[in-house]
Amino acid sequence: MFDKYIIDPATLRNTGPAEAPTGFAFETRLGYYRGLGLSMVEELNVGIDGEILPREAVRFDEGPGALTLDEMETAFDRRWAFGAPATLYVERAGGFPKGEHKLSLQQKLRISYMPFPSFNNDEKVINFAG
Amino acid sequence: MTAKIRRGVSLYSFQEEMFLGRMTVEDCVSFAASIGANGIEILPEQNMPSFPDLTDAQVEEWKDMIARHGCHFTAYDMFLDTKRRKDRLMSDDEQVESIKRDLLLCNRLGIRNMRVLVFVRPDILGRCVPYAEEMDVHMGVEVHAPWHLEHAWILRTIEEADRLNTKHLGILPDMGIFMKHYPPAYRARFERQGARPEVAQFIVDQHDAKIMCEYTIYEVAVKMGGNKAEIAMAEILRHSPFANPKRIGDYAPYFRHIQAKFYEMNEDCTDPSIAYDEVIPELVKAGWEGTLSSEYEGNRWIQDVQEVDSREQVRRQHVMFERLIADAEAKYGAKEQA
Repeated sequence: MFDKYIIDPATLRNTGPAEAPTGFAFETRLGYYRGLGLSMVEELNVGIDGEILPREAVRFDEGPGALTLDEMETAFDRRWAFGAPATLYVERAGGFPKGEHKLSLQQKLRISYMPFPSFNNDEKVINFAG
Repeated sequence: MTAKIRRGVSLYSFQEEMFLGRMTVEDCVSFAASIGANGIEILPEQNMPSFPDLTDAQVEEWKDMIARHGCHFTAYDMFLDTKRRKDRLMSDDEQVESIKRDLLLCNRLGIRNMRVLVFVRPDILGRCVPYAEEMDVHMGVEVHAPWHLEHAWILRTIEEADRLNTKHLGILPDMGIFMKHYPPAYRARFERQGARPEVAQFIVDQHDAKIMCEYTIYEVAVKMGGNKAEIAMAEILRHSPFANPKRIGDYAPYFRHIQAKFYEMNEDCTDPSIAYDEVIPELVKAGWEGTLSSEYEGNRWIQDVQEVDSREQVRRQHVMFERLIADAEAKYGAKEQA
């Protein structure tokens, strides 16, 4: 219902030393009409030009501190509020590639009343200066 | 005479603008008041960032804000995260505790209707009835398409309410169950995604003719060689029932609030899809008392091509409500309370 808004391309930046970035980060919003406990966010699949980066490379922070996806599974006291941006940190040597590339994100959520998992997908073409 | 059918809005209606930070909760309430839709339905898990840990001060701020605009709360939309843990479902006891948590917050806010998700088991709700009675909150199971008023699952909740002889358990219909015509907003989006106009017209005609959806899906998917958009356009018929409005009176004692779902209003303030012109006379005939609470859900169907203007959509729906309520009351008379 909010797929097209879940990646905020203006927030994309490299992390680590400027001359040798160790990863990149960007802000994302939950593609759902209410907030959700972090334990129900099953996957945050980040892709560059269609290639999905390893689950272990992704960390998530809605404010209090970054967690791995494994740690989110039992973060029962934390919630991702409706419409609220959270930061995704992605480890990748060299950071996000310069020039025009596609950044994709798939959020896989466990929504209790739905018989199947809920997927939110967004993809943005970004011309990244580094 | 106090109007028996009152008008209100669910904050769900403004999800596009709130998500994008273009409207605050108070903007929504202020707008609702401006069109005489003074009953406010909230989704605490959407509208209250600190949910579920609301302080007494926050509860008072909410109440003051609503009152400041001359509005009142009508309903509280609960959720139940049975899949909170990856390794197992919530136990029955945990489900009851979660529902009690919501009943308590509902009571603290002074709200007397709680929308219960349709998947919640009737026996779990039965266990919550004593607490709902203590909190004086009506638990209304959302009758949401593809369920409908006479669906066997819904009848189980009604049987549970009868068995317990309680006024605090019942239903809460979502008007999406009265989808008489295929929504033009759906059709337009499927056409943008590649549905051929002649196939789209076939699907719309089949729905208008009330042909059972599986025939249409097979025709489109197999005989017409339907593409992805066409098959999706046909498959959504599984979620698009047109329940019989004439049965509303039979169920009216079990609900006190209505989610007035809609996808798009015409410029002349008519609904091209949902049969409010058949539903509202039945509510008036039944002497039903409660709130028609706007639930605009059209944003997701148009946001790919145009700006969403939820306010204008909700405004048009309320022009329609005023007209249909007045017409029905003139025809059938608003039943006076005994």
